[in-house]
Amino acid sequence: MRVDYRMEYVFYGILLLAAVAFPFFATNEYQVYVMALAFIWAISAMGLNLIAGYTGQLNLAHAGFMAIGAYTVGLLTVDYGVPFWLAFLLAGPIAAVVGFFAGILSLRLKTHFFSIFTLCVGYIIYLLIEKGDSFTHGPVGVIGIPAPSIGPLVFDTTTSVYFLVLAFLVLTIWVMRRLVRSIVGRSFVAIRNSDDLAEALGINLMRTKVLAFTLSTFIAGLSGGLFAGFVRFLGPDLAREYHTFDLIAFVLVGGIGTLMGPVLGAVALTWVTQSLQFLENYRMIVFGPMLILLVMFFPHGIIGTFGIWMARRRANAGKRSNTQAVLPSRSGEEARANA
Amino acid sequence: MNIFFQQVLNGLTLGSVYSLVALGLTLVYGILHIPNFAHGAFFMVGAYISFYVAGDLGANFWVAMIVSAAAVAVMAMISERLIFHPLRNSPALHDMIAAIGLLLFLEAVVQAIWGADFHRLPAPYTTILRFADLTAPAQRVLIIGAAIVLMIGLQIFLRRTTTGSTIVATAQNREGAALVGISPLKVSLLTFAISGALAAVAATLFAPINLIYPAMGHLVILKAFVIIILGGMGSIPGAIVGGMVIGFAESFGAFYISNNYKDIIAFVLLVFILSLRPQGLFPSEVR
Repeated sequence: MRVDYRMEYVFYGILLLAAVAFPFFATNEYQVYVMALAFIWAISAMGLNLIAGYTGQLNLAHAGFMAIGAYTVGLLTVDYGVPFWLAFLLAGPIAAVVGFFAGILSLRLKTHFFSIFTLCVGYIIYLLIEKGDSFTHGPVGVIGIPAPSIGPLVFDTTTSVYFLVLAFLVLTIWVMRRLVRSIVGRSFVAIRNSDDLAEALGINLMRTKVLAFTLSTFIAGLSGGLFAGFVRFLGPDLAREYHTFDLIAFVLVGGIGTLMGPVLGAVALTWVTQSLQFLENYRMIVFGPMLILLVMFFPHGIIGTFGIWMARRRANAGKRSNTQAVLPSRSGEEARANA
Repeated sequence: MNIFFQQVLNGLTLGSVYSLVALGLTLVYGILHIPNFAHGAFFMVGAYISFYVAGDLGANFWVAMIVSAAAVAVMAMISERLIFHPLRNSPALHDMIAAIGLLLFLEAVVQAIWGADFHRLPAPYTTILRFADLTAPAQRVLIIGAAIVLMIGLQIFLRRTTTGSTIVATAQNREGAALVGISPLKVSLLTFAISGALAAVAATLFAPINLIYPAMGHLVILKAFVIIILGGMGSIPGAIVGGMVIGFAESFGAFYISNNYKDIIAFVLLVFILSLRPQGLFPSEVR
């Protein structure tokens, strides 16, 4: 198992190096901008992955919680003159508080009922933002959010914000890695695999699910705060369900229930969408069928498929040396949970 | 009195349309056990086909409705064959995502053909019916009447005919139905065809008093989901009652509370009811 970890660290190291080097090799600023935006979506997708991938509850209000975080920063800085970082510190907690109460209500429901309930919660968030003119600026949106700054260091160029976002992405990945390997993270996975079994093991279902939901909305709020500081313009559309659908696509392409899946998915799909930009409004004609083919033929995503392949290889090697036999499908599942 | 009557009429109109959409959704749920997110896209495509047949080809309103129902039924059957059937053994999440893919695709295709602009289907009957001091636009009466006829027809088909009973049987117990010789393949195709046709008819009826645009299905489908949760997933009477509840809540809410927030009423109602009764108002007979 030591070897595995070393390989993993090399993998993370290469990714981090590539990410740090990216702005210096990018041919124009726009590419850096797109990449930073992909990182923000990746952070949000990691939050969704925590509840949908690890805990098995598909929350369709995720973009709504991201919007709550974004509007926390936007409204506090623009309307109330609160410094950016103070507002940013509040983005995650406020989304998490709303998420906590939404979680208590919605997690009493299971499977589809939960998904549809959260879809409605997301829509309520959107409508409240869009119709609450006096408080949220309504359909006009929030304009002129100040750039984040630390002392004399102002993050107003694209490259500087890119590194800021990258720092938060690395932080989120690190926290997430610690979390999913902890006993708490394992109890999330236990719930995904079987509600009844998890309960029989002494896991408090409701408390654990609400914890996963609250953490996931916290991350959504955090990414929303970053989004506000980076794009510096907010519209109510951020809360719409199609943004949640985008996030689901990111998670699924990268590999649902894997640590790096959402990150790879967000980056890969963002660039695919960029390359389809020449199709303008028609890009969904390609994107829609692509999503369908993906769930049909590639349901475990990039990381998941790789994990299963690795596990099968290890199992075959194990069989050859006549040590204990491991069923390929079973260890595939484990690899997916651990990756 | 007239104002109150108008709200009742409004509620019945909205409720009829919602019920028809929710009926299709609940039938498919009974068979496949997935919420079909693409159902709203069927609704939208139905409206566009009617708009094309009645507008560009100059056909009669009823002809347009039949053509549209047939076309969407075929489309729904194709999507069952190509997408939902191959995915029948995957986790529910994958069905949902595939349905979302289909939704995005259909919206993009419609937008590519007809553009993102708003269109309007001319109303076939523009007279206003009068009775004492009560007035009712013919189109609204038409929607309510057609919806009631369709609901009764569907109920007779499902309860009194052998073909209809196969759908109910499969929804109740898939293996049991297969054991007595009902082909699950035919039943799923039939269910999808009915559900698509219902969506197209609802859209055609609703189009003259509403606008036609690529995203028109979003709100309707969200509300249809609310309805089938309230009514119990897979339950047919539940879909009708639920549709009427939401229709009335919206029309009265828009008038007596706030027109601005009328779209939120359905969702708040759902959140409120499910908070008190997580199993829905009418726990379904089929699960």
